[in-house]
Amino acid sequence: MTSIQKILGATAVLALSAGTALADPAVVFDLGGKFDKSFNESAFNGAERWATETGGSYRELEMQSEAQREQALRRLAESGSNPIVMTGFAFSSVLEEVAPDYPDTKFAIVDGFVDAPNVRTILFSEHEGSYLVGMMAAMASETGTVGFVGGMDIPLIRKFACGYAQGVQAVNGDATIIANMTGTTPAAWNDPVKGGELAKSQMSQGADVIYAAAGGTGIGVLQAAADEGKLSIGVDSNQNYLHPGSVLTSMLKRVDNAVYEAFTAGTELETGIVTMDLASGGVGYAVDENNAELVTAEMQAAVDAAAEQIASGALTVHDYTSDDSCPALTF
Amino acid sequence: MDFATALQIADSAIRLATPLLLACLAGLFSERAGIFDIGLEGKMLAAAFMSAAVAAVTGNVWLGLGAGILASLSLSAIHGVASITFRGNQLISGVALNFLASGMTVLIAQTWFGQGGRTPSLIGGGRFTSIELPFAEALRDVPIFGPIYYEVISGHSILVYVALLCVPLTWWVLFRTRFGLRLRAVGENPAAVDTAGVSVIGMRYTAVAICGILCGIAGAYLSTALAAGFVKEMTAGRGYIALAALIFAKWRPWYALSATLLFGLLEAVANRYQNIDMPSWLAITVLLVMAAGLVWGGRKGRLDMAVLGGLAAILAAVSVAIWMGSTISEGTTGLPVQLMQALPYILTVVILAGFVGRATPPRAGGEPYVKER
Repeated sequence: MTSIQKILGATAVLALSAGTALADPAVVFDLGGKFDKSFNESAFNGAERWATETGGSYRELEMQSEAQREQALRRLAESGSNPIVMTGFAFSSVLEEVAPDYPDTKFAIVDGFVDAPNVRTILFSEHEGSYLVGMMAAMASETGTVGFVGGMDIPLIRKFACGYAQGVQAVNGDATIIANMTGTTPAAWNDPVKGGELAKSQMSQGADVIYAAAGGTGIGVLQAAADEGKLSIGVDSNQNYLHPGSVLTSMLKRVDNAVYEAFTAGTELETGIVTMDLASGGVGYAVDENNAELVTAEMQAAVDAAAEQIASGALTVHDYTSDDSCPALTF
Repeated sequence: MDFATALQIADSAIRLATPLLLACLAGLFSERAGIFDIGLEGKMLAAAFMSAAVAAVTGNVWLGLGAGILASLSLSAIHGVASITFRGNQLISGVALNFLASGMTVLIAQTWFGQGGRTPSLIGGGRFTSIELPFAEALRDVPIFGPIYYEVISGHSILVYVALLCVPLTWWVLFRTRFGLRLRAVGENPAAVDTAGVSVIGMRYTAVAICGILCGIAGAYLSTALAAGFVKEMTAGRGYIALAALIFAKWRPWYALSATLLFGLLEAVANRYQNIDMPSWLAITVLLVMAAGLVWGGRKGRLDMAVLGGLAAILAAVSVAIWMGSTISEGTTGLPVQLMQALPYILTVVILAGFVGRATPPRAGGEPYVKER
């Protein structure tokens, strides 16, 4: 063995060991952006919690356009990040292609679905959480008409709407539910002007509680409701603080827990499908000092009873994505 | 649809049309002077951010408006330097400005406020509130006129009235003043203007500056009147729709008003009736009339006929599908959300192709002026 070969070999060993030492986890945020006060921000909070608790460091990337997805995943995988967590259904098709190329890297995808041996698919039972806030909306409504504003028209958002409609009807069978979608392109996640206009249109039709599941567009919905003295319901993160006294509650989707768990498991991340439902604390509703006056004891008792029934399996909420139809709402 | 609903839709249409109208008039000034401006979107976005940022910090929306106009003007200046002084390609300069605004707004917002590329929510004096016109409350009970005045005309933010006043003002400036004559001439035949001893470059810079001011107002309206704060990419393509409206309006101010009001109306209708059940015969009739309009519009050219005929065939196919479906569901059809959301764009094509006729842009548009040739 010549000395050159020795040097090369030593360098290779060094590079390999450096690669394993660098196995920091990574998180990739979807187009809504890290601070969308909603879905992605929740993921960011989970990552931050892990970092402060363990003192570890992680890498993060924010998508700016559709075309960057594959490049981002490959770059992180090649630089030795492990596991790599990504938020958003839009990563599914990309991850399907990327995951087999890096069999030693663990991936976790929130809201997507990828069937690969090194991928953890994390799904949330948004319909269950939406059912609970739907009950609260129906109980808080005086007009018997409630609204829903969705972001981009995708099955996931219809799942929110469908669970919500079922919750509303469970309390008030005669209630009218006005459901609107902002658009059919990713721009629908960042159009507060249109969100506000949709909310105004719903309020002029009598809606007095409006549930926004629309990312940045939801900011406009919450604002419009606050302007007209009506109630609104936030989504994903706790948005009660945005307009204290006007946001009835927020449907919590604990993406932070999902990211935290994935980061904690590290390279030992278990793959397969993980469903974060009401029973496991994956979804829920938010009560804090900002909305304490809006949530009556009666409301809370009814919702907690329903939550218990759902958790125990006595009550099933229909999942729109299971058969692409909704018994309580037509789209 | 009852009278009250019609009023609400008209009210919403005016709100939605205002930013389009301002941007459309901005483009009109610029393009009439021979400077194409793809960058309306970017200018609005920059103005939306600046006005929300300054209004959030100072709590004074008028300072915000001023800052928004300044931001938009500075982008206009870049466009002017690139395309007038250095005779660069106007389209490329405009596209570059759009990218610049898209990235810079989020970057600066993150640096200043640390809230992820957005500004804090505006409260109190940081927003344009709606103003009641005189006698609105008193006239409310007058039949027909009262509700129209109260619901539709009164109760908008002051920028809406500014935008509406800009229409006759633009007409007067362009068609009744010496300045307007020169401005239009610069866009048609700059050499003649130059021979007459008027500075082509000066005229074009002035036009681009006016464009900046109007875009600034449009952006400020988005973030401080319609919404309460800036969110990234919040213009959501309105600058491009304004450009389409400008072509639609054949570069004329009054047509610009009707074109943007039509766009606003279509968007308001699409917002209101996302999933309506309407009688099938009505849906079928509307679709077939649209298809007929397309065929009629395309009758002159073979290529037009091929493109528009194809679209007409699709519309006809949809109406046949509705007809087939209606026999099952007893005469009513639930129109899908996607169709309602596509309606403004489909109707635009129909109207552009069928009823507008030929839209001729200013002859010297897009060409940098070179003194000696």
